[in-house]
Amino acid sequence: MTLEMVIFLICFPFLAALLLFFMRKSGPVRKYTLFGLCAIIVAAVICYAVTELVSGETHSYFVHTELVDKLMLAGEWLLMGLIFYFAFRHRKYYVALLSVAQTGLMTWLELTGRTELGGFHVASDKLTIIMCLIIGIVGCLICVYAMGYMKDYHSHHTEFKKRRSYFFALLFVFLGAMFGLVFSSNLVWLYFFWEITSVCSFLLIGYNQTEEAIRNSFRALWMNLLGGLGFAAAIAYCAIRLETLELQTVIQLGTMVPVAIIPITLLAFAGLTKSAQMPFSSWLLGAMVAPTPTSALLHSATMVKAGVYLLLRLAPALCANLAGTMVTTIGGFTFFMTSMLAIAQSDAKKVLAYSTISNLGLITACAGIGMHEAVWAGILLMIFHAVSKSLMFLSVGAVENVTGSRNIEDMHGLIVKLPRLAFVMIVGIAGMFLAPFGMLISKWAALKAFVDSNSILLVVFLIFGSATTLFYWTKWLGSLVAVHHNSERLEDITKGSEWLSLICQAVLMCLLCLTFPVVSSYLIEPFLGDMFHQTLPAIISSGNIHIMALMLCAIVILPVAMRLLTIHRKNKIVTSYMGGANTGDDRTFMDSYGKTKPMYLANWYLEDWFGEKKLLKPSLILSTAGLIVLMILAIGGAV
Amino acid sequence: MKVSKSPWLMHYDGSSCNGCDIEVLACLTPVYDVERFGVMNTGNPKHADIFLITGGINAQNAPVVKQLYSQMPNPKVVVAVGVCACNGGIFKECYNILGGVDTVLPVDIYVPGCAARPEAIIDGVVRAVALLDEKKKALSQEQVSSKEA
Amino acid sequence: MIWQILGTICYIILAPILGGLLQGIDRKLTARLQGRQGPPLLQPFYDLYKLFSKEVVVVNDVQNFLVGGFLLFVVFSGALFFFGGDLLLVFFSLTLAGIFFTMSSCSANSPYSSMGAQRELMQMMAYEPMVLLVAIGFYVATGTFNVKEIVLHNGMPAIVYLPGIFIGFLYILTIKFRKSPFDLSTSHHAHQEMVQGLTTELSGSVLGLVELSHWYENIFLLGVVGLFLYKASWWSAIAAIVVCAISYFLEIIIDNVFPRVKWQSMLKSAWMVTLVAGVVNLMIIAVI
Repeated sequence: MTLEMVIFLICFPFLAALLLFFMRKSGPVRKYTLFGLCAIIVAAVICYAVTELVSGETHSYFVHTELVDKLMLAGEWLLMGLIFYFAFRHRKYYVALLSVAQTGLMTWLELTGRTELGGFHVASDKLTIIMCLIIGIVGCLICVYAMGYMKDYHSHHTEFKKRRSYFFALLFVFLGAMFGLVFSSNLVWLYFFWEITSVCSFLLIGYNQTEEAIRNSFRALWMNLLGGLGFAAAIAYCAIRLETLELQTVIQLGTMVPVAIIPITLLAFAGLTKSAQMPFSSWLLGAMVAPTPTSALLHSATMVKAGVYLLLRLAPALCANLAGTMVTTIGGFTFFMTSMLAIAQSDAKKVLAYSTISNLGLITACAGIGMHEAVWAGILLMIFHAVSKSLMFLSVGAVENVTGSRNIEDMHGLIVKLPRLAFVMIVGIAGMFLAPFGMLISKWAALKAFVDSNSILLVVFLIFGSATTLFYWTKWLGSLVAVHHNSERLEDITKGSEWLSLICQAVLMCLLCLTFPVVSSYLIEPFLGDMFHQTLPAIISSGNIHIMALMLCAIVILPVAMRLLTIHRKNKIVTSYMGGANTGDDRTFMDSYGKTKPMYLANWYLEDWFGEKKLLKPSLILSTAGLIVLMILAIGGAV
Repeated sequence: MKVSKSPWLMHYDGSSCNGCDIEVLACLTPVYDVERFGVMNTGNPKHADIFLITGGINAQNAPVVKQLYSQMPNPKVVVAVGVCACNGGIFKECYNILGGVDTVLPVDIYVPGCAARPEAIIDGVVRAVALLDEKKKALSQEQVSSKEA
Repeated sequence: MIWQILGTICYIILAPILGGLLQGIDRKLTARLQGRQGPPLLQPFYDLYKLFSKEVVVVNDVQNFLVGGFLLFVVFSGALFFFGGDLLLVFFSLTLAGIFFTMSSCSANSPYSSMGAQRELMQMMAYEPMVLLVAIGFYVATGTFNVKEIVLHNGMPAIVYLPGIFIGFLYILTIKFRKSPFDLSTSHHAHQEMVQGLTTELSGSVLGLVELSHWYENIFLLGVVGLFLYKASWWSAIAAIVVCAISYFLEIIIDNVFPRVKWQSMLKSAWMVTLVAGVVNLMIIAVI
């Protein structure tokens, strides 16, 4: 039963993509087809999750897969061809070179029969369920949102060629590749899906075909191909020296055999590139040029999550060795630096991008610690981040469609202008960093794990990073709640499908906050039990969970209580204090010539302290050097 | 407990020659120390109970003074410090002067002098404080009667 | 358990009284340091009474709700602390309270309160690492984040292990108490250049609530100072109270001696102290 579902989940999105690709005509038919396809995927994912949870076991399938292997090889050649086509068309030959190197290596391995080592090719456990739920539900909600969004997008940006069927098809290919990625337990299979996501993201980022889009898409491609090259090298080493290609076996060897640290390091390197850690962070920032659903998909449900997924899988093999040190150092450093860089950004999407990289850094650091508490925190972070980040991206996109700007300064007073969207955004921001909500719980556990593992450097990164994170989110929050008098409500042109997606995610966010202990005890803890082969103590005591629930209730009850308390007291509303020169509407004042002047309030961005100009280059150099040194140490130490 | 035990004041310089202002600030110094009576100089109409104005009212500051007064929560009193604030003083006949503070606001206490001496200012403030209690009483009676109605 | 609940109830009832008295002492001492007679000791209570009996003028109705959140979560964090709860959770809740307060002044959308809000955020960014480090320090020294277990832990008072972290905490306490040189966002002194910063647009009972929250917050923060010494015995209780008193007196002296600094100096110095005093201390005890 499970096997059929797994095959369905992998293949169905690809077929759906094909179908959507050939539905060139926009209209209700395509719209409802897309909704239907999404509904089917969500239903399948939930169905799969429930049956797996009920059976409660981990499954592994497919020992003999010669035919599929050949097909995958053909697929890899196809991908290489695609890369070649674009590389030559845009004269970026280095990309072709990278592609040839890894595809050549893989072809050689496969044709000489070195990859036929048996073992299972598909596996399903609790982490797979979590990933599938994220990909299926969040991913599909983004697709639903994209339907309405792309229409507005093209009416705003008439200069871009309409290729919507191509766009939707790519979204579904992405989902399919992600499903394949999380189900594969064989490195060669994993690699194949890994490459599909790289190429897919390249195509999605370059959707607009502007010069900037093309440049950024090639940057994303070469960085991910570099990671892919590391991946291919890891496979070669595993196949030739360790004679196994099963992920689980490699990880197990990693905890026992010193030389196995080499493929682990290489795989971790691949994970770092894909999750856009510090020297490679620029590809994710560049991905902003694409339409919002792309960013949402890349940042929340797919792509970058593939990177941290692999790192979390590798976690036991990263515990207390140099490969782990490499991952934690890069992760912690990225967390801190990007949270500082985010302060100086006023473009909402850019802030979100930096915050994504920063959070991924934290997850990466958790994975690198490799202790069960840390991995617990990492998985929980990943879940919360997926939901709240996609919510944030989509609401920013919706605001941009209405107001024509995605600058945070222009979101000043959104609570009056677009109350519903502002509210959704507040839920998203609260989910990203506020106390009783999701991310903070995981940060808490992460902090505990860092202290327990005695990594002072990480503790320092975390405490300072938390402070800077607080700064840039609260700043944004403050802009949203500013109440302008006499400001008009804007006409909300957000479409029904977009609302459906936004509300579903906001509800999901709140539900997750309330039910995270359940998620933890039914999904994460059993998985960790399997991973570390022992029963684990509770990470957050039930008393504290009750207290947090209490806080959550307090936040919900507070507005109602305040309303009831002040219901008989009529507050006198007066103008704001501007030295007595307020002209009466709180937005203009009388200057010394007796003329009215508009008042402009801006947030602090502290360009001179935290700007890209000041921080980006040093941190890139530092992280590159650190990565190279630590990789050489990790690999060289093992040889 | 009385409202008058905590009078917070806001000091506004109209078109004063700054003589009275120096004397107002002198009240805060160790020699006179108005904080003995709980007086605080807030500089913010929304926190203030006493509006203390020095200097006369001119065309430009008339709306400002009115606005500041409107932003103060009830009960509140206005103290005009110095002869200029009382009736325009030496500047009375100037082209731009409207007159004393009472041309735009209902002044409760007039403190004469050019410049007003700190003792006189403190006396004025203390009288204003006593007036605050009365105003508060009137205000709560008003509220009671409006509720009954 | 009964003691824990008693502690919580005592905090909720006594903290405003103690906090008000402390502020009275503060004002009296400050006046004496400046050669003035100063207001009566109970002046803060007179102020509070007056604020609650005044008319409320607001810029918008959202403010009330947000200030309510500030008070609620300050009281919550203090109550949780004196109940003996998790120290990290206590600090997270305190941060939440701070965010509510900042948002209330952002919502006013007025120049002075917005400026105050940005500065307040800057202050939060400056002290947050040290606050987290305090919790971590206790964890490393005693093996638990739980306040009750920290108190009951066998061994020397935490200050023996955490002198650097204690000094760091005192440093950021100046920011938290809103004392000069770090009273950037709002202050009890008449700093007219930004009027009253955060509280510019608040008045009457709403301002009273803010005042009350500050008292609760101050007592809670002094509780944290006391935690460095308190060990569930009478002599340590006395020592804790003495140290709290000395720290508070020290803050008053600092308040009167130093002029206000720019935010750059605050951020730099607070982070430096956190790194030098806090992190080095943490490294040493982690190694031992």
